Amino acid sequence: MQRKKLVVIGNGMVGHHFIEALVQSPCRNEFELVVFGEEPRPAYDRVHLTSYFATRNPNDLALTNLDFYRSHQVTLYLGERVIEIDRSRKTVYSQHGRAESYDLLVLATGSYPFVPPIPGHDRPACLVYRTLEDLEAIIAEAAISRRGVVIGGGLLGLEAAKALMDLGLETHVVEFAPRLMAVQLDEEGGAMLRRKVEALGLIVHASKNTQAIAEGSFYRHRLEFADGDCLEADLVVFSAGIRPRDELARKAGLEVGPRGGIVVDDCLRTSDPEIYAIGECALWNNQIFGLVAPGYHMAKVLVGHLNGQTTYFAGADLSTKLKLMGVEVGAIGDSHGRTPGARDFVYKNECSGIYKRLIVSSDGQKLLGAVLVGDTEPYDALLQYYRSGLDLPQQPESLILPALHGKSGGLGPDALPASATICSCHNVSKERILELIDQGVEALADIKATTRASTGCGGCAGLLKSVVEAELKKRGVQVKKDLCEHFPYSRQELYHIIRTEEIHTFDELLTKHGQGLGCDVCKPAVASILASYWNEYVLSDRHFKLQDTNDFRLANMQKDGTYSVVPRIPGGEITPDKLIILGEVAKKYGLYTKITGAQRIDLFGARLEQLPLIWKDLVEAGFESGHAYAKALRTVKSCVGSTWCRYGVQDSVGLAILLENRYKGLRAPHKIKMAVSGCTRECAEAQGKDVGVIATDKGWNLYVCGNGGMKPRHADLFATDLDTDTLIQYIDRFLMFYVRTADRLQRTAVWLENLEGGLEYLREVIIEDKLGICAELEQQMQRIIASYECEWKKTLENEEILRKRFRFFVNSDATDDNVVFVTERGQIRPATLEEKKRLKEIPLELEAAS
Amino acid sequence: MTEPTVWIRVCTLKDLEPDAGVCALVEGEQVAIFYLPRIDQVYAISNFDPFSGANVLARGLTGSLGGEPVVASPIYKQHFSLKTGRCLEDGQVAVPTYPVRIVHDWVEVGVSK
Repeated sequence: MQRKKLVVIGNGMVGHHFIEALVQSPCRNEFELVVFGEEPRPAYDRVHLTSYFATRNPNDLALTNLDFYRSHQVTLYLGERVIEIDRSRKTVYSQHGRAESYDLLVLATGSYPFVPPIPGHDRPACLVYRTLEDLEAIIAEAAISRRGVVIGGGLLGLEAAKALMDLGLETHVVEFAPRLMAVQLDEEGGAMLRRKVEALGLIVHASKNTQAIAEGSFYRHRLEFADGDCLEADLVVFSAGIRPRDELARKAGLEVGPRGGIVVDDCLRTSDPEIYAIGECALWNNQIFGLVAPGYHMAKVLVGHLNGQTTYFAGADLSTKLKLMGVEVGAIGDSHGRTPGARDFVYKNECSGIYKRLIVSSDGQKLLGAVLVGDTEPYDALLQYYRSGLDLPQQPESLILPALHGKSGGLGPDALPASATICSCHNVSKERILELIDQGVEALADIKATTRASTGCGGCAGLLKSVVEAELKKRGVQVKKDLCEHFPYSRQELYHIIRTEEIHTFDELLTKHGQGLGCDVCKPAVASILASYWNEYVLSDRHFKLQDTNDFRLANMQKDGTYSVVPRIPGGEITPDKLIILGEVAKKYGLYTKITGAQRIDLFGARLEQLPLIWKDLVEAGFESGHAYAKALRTVKSCVGSTWCRYGVQDSVGLAILLENRYKGLRAPHKIKMAVSGCTRECAEAQGKDVGVIATDKGWNLYVCGNGGMKPRHADLFATDLDTDTLIQYIDRFLMFYVRTADRLQRTAVWLENLEGGLEYLREVIIEDKLGICAELEQQMQRIIASYECEWKKTLENEEILRKRFRFFVNSDATDDNVVFVTERGQIRPATLEEKKRLKEIPLELEAAS
Repeated sequence: MTEPTVWIRVCTLKDLEPDAGVCALVEGEQVAIFYLPRIDQVYAISNFDPFSGANVLARGLTGSLGGEPVVASPIYKQHFSLKTGRCLEDGQVAVPTYPVRIVHDWVEVGVSK
């Protein structure tokens, strides 16, 4: 068969997505594939461009590599711009004089950042923000700048502003519209976002029309505004929208829109039937789509079309959810409420910086749009209402009101119609998932692998899981809670087996109840159960091999393979002498020091072989392991309490130290955090902890199952005005009950949410002893407390373990030469790949620093 | 794999960690050696984790997935086959493997010259 030659111009995200989909499609062998990319590297993730500032490693953003193109026999010319399309000869010409003929041509040329043609726009250090090369230029200029300004307060502009702030510049944003993100957000939403980003240190100038950039008096440039104001800065980044790259198409005589963009039909065909356009360069129905999801969708439609399917591009929903400088923002559909007759539901909380607005149809039945600032938790459910056209619940406001009694108005998976889109990145509907389950594909991992659902932005992972689980349950398939392929039991069942059969080792458990060799899921889980039941030394010959990365060496492994060390500082109270010791140890071993969020001090950059030396010094000075490496009690945070504070009503520090010393070393399904506040002002933030205690004038209030982190949960008030003995009794029981019944890696917050009967049931078990197990729980806790020993002290006494497990090479005393540090702000940090390369050319010197 | 011409003694069997790894310096290269007593096998792969760019694979947890002996990178937890070096999560990535044998309690790694 004569193969047709298909040439793609552009190797950005959409161009690459097209190739990826095409080479996996049935018609792959009908084509010889040639791709031109003008950038020096294959496609990378422009959406997460800001992360480059943190890693400075282009590979972290890579979407593909040369091997992919090679192995799929796709010819890829990089760093080679196409400068002409000769339609009569059906040939394209590159800047290097290369001529490639084509049968079909796909334009995926993307867009370029629009720079307003104002006087001075081309002054030095006036940059744009789109490619890795742009970022390099920004980094270089930032190094010699004090103040930066971003022109444009849209989505990309704020991303760029975040980057400038991260580079240490005083950062300003100038926006033409009266508010930030004017396209997506309404007035209130824009105002809330502005307050939040300003609180983070960004300075926003709205309703400013920049007319010229001139020589500055105090900084390099002076921005002159139409209203006569001005602003000076050293570095200017334009982020005033994008324009389609249509110059090739224009020159070749293809139809383009009056304001730019290559005109395409529903099959993505341009005015020449042998040429297609996809992504940001394409103009469909007079619209340019400046987001990646519609571009991906176009790529898929085109692949379908080439395979002879009747798929059409029918526009795309521009709803979006993102985190801007740590602020959650979401906009769905008609977020401005411009539909005639539209009605509003609004929730606004200025204390927490949350604004949520629903725009519903005049009959209150359908969702037309939504704006979310500060909390995008309802986004997924709202998007389903919007896209699927579902009838809204009786009280639509329940969808945006905060959950007052633990129940939110979320949308259960069963309520979704089959047509509902679960994953919008890869366009996977609920129907498709049901189809797969019908065909017997039941494992979540297999469904993900087949459909690629939740492998894009990952935002739908939770929804996907609940849809699959609900569907399996409905079909009577038991949702397996097996720990992994080696044990057909849940963690709770394994706990029971270990307890009743008195099993002491993983090998015994595997021989009796499992299969295979185990893995990195079951080994640490079983290690944790064994530790919370028998509390044997974790580095003993029978247990050490089960320990996860950090427990394995009793320290926290960092990205470069070195470790951080966190000594215990109970309650956050430390004497000046001990504080000095920490400083001296850090200095002696050249460690980076940082205060943690848990009122402790973290020492970074320790090599494996240095750990025993560091701990010898620490143990001699009276420090103990802080278990920062373990799924165990971390810390009991406290405020200074009644001892010093004018408002404190109880000795919170004293109680915190008591609790920390009581529960230190307790291994659990996940880490456990606690806090004690000395009065109702709650300075220790106890209500964000697994166990929180707040002093009252009569005793202590106990809160449980709070959480900070990725998914914060406010703790529940469990019991009030307890005396210290009762408080400790309840905490003993609570912790042991959690240790016994929780799933692997399940924090108390999620555990409680999945506990049938919820908080009430927990009270019945812990306070009323409904299950009759409290005495046993207390006994078990007593045993754990009695058998506590500092793991590091014990390790230092064991010459053999020190020799075997804390030496880098089994056959040499050399150290890892790939660990390289550079200095930043007066301390060490790991060198980046680039820095390592540069430094390797100048040998020596460095080892001394480490 | 071509027969290596040189076998280099790195340590004794006793120096290996059952069900875990040790790292040996072999001709300037870092080699992670794993001893799995349940199946009586010793494997050797590169210690360099291509995902994190750090020398850490010897410090990963061993086990089996679908019958294949694997080590999980301690940094980002990808699994590498101890037999082939292939990454189970990303078929395009593999780490080098080394021939390894036990001769009279000595552990020897083969190097092609």
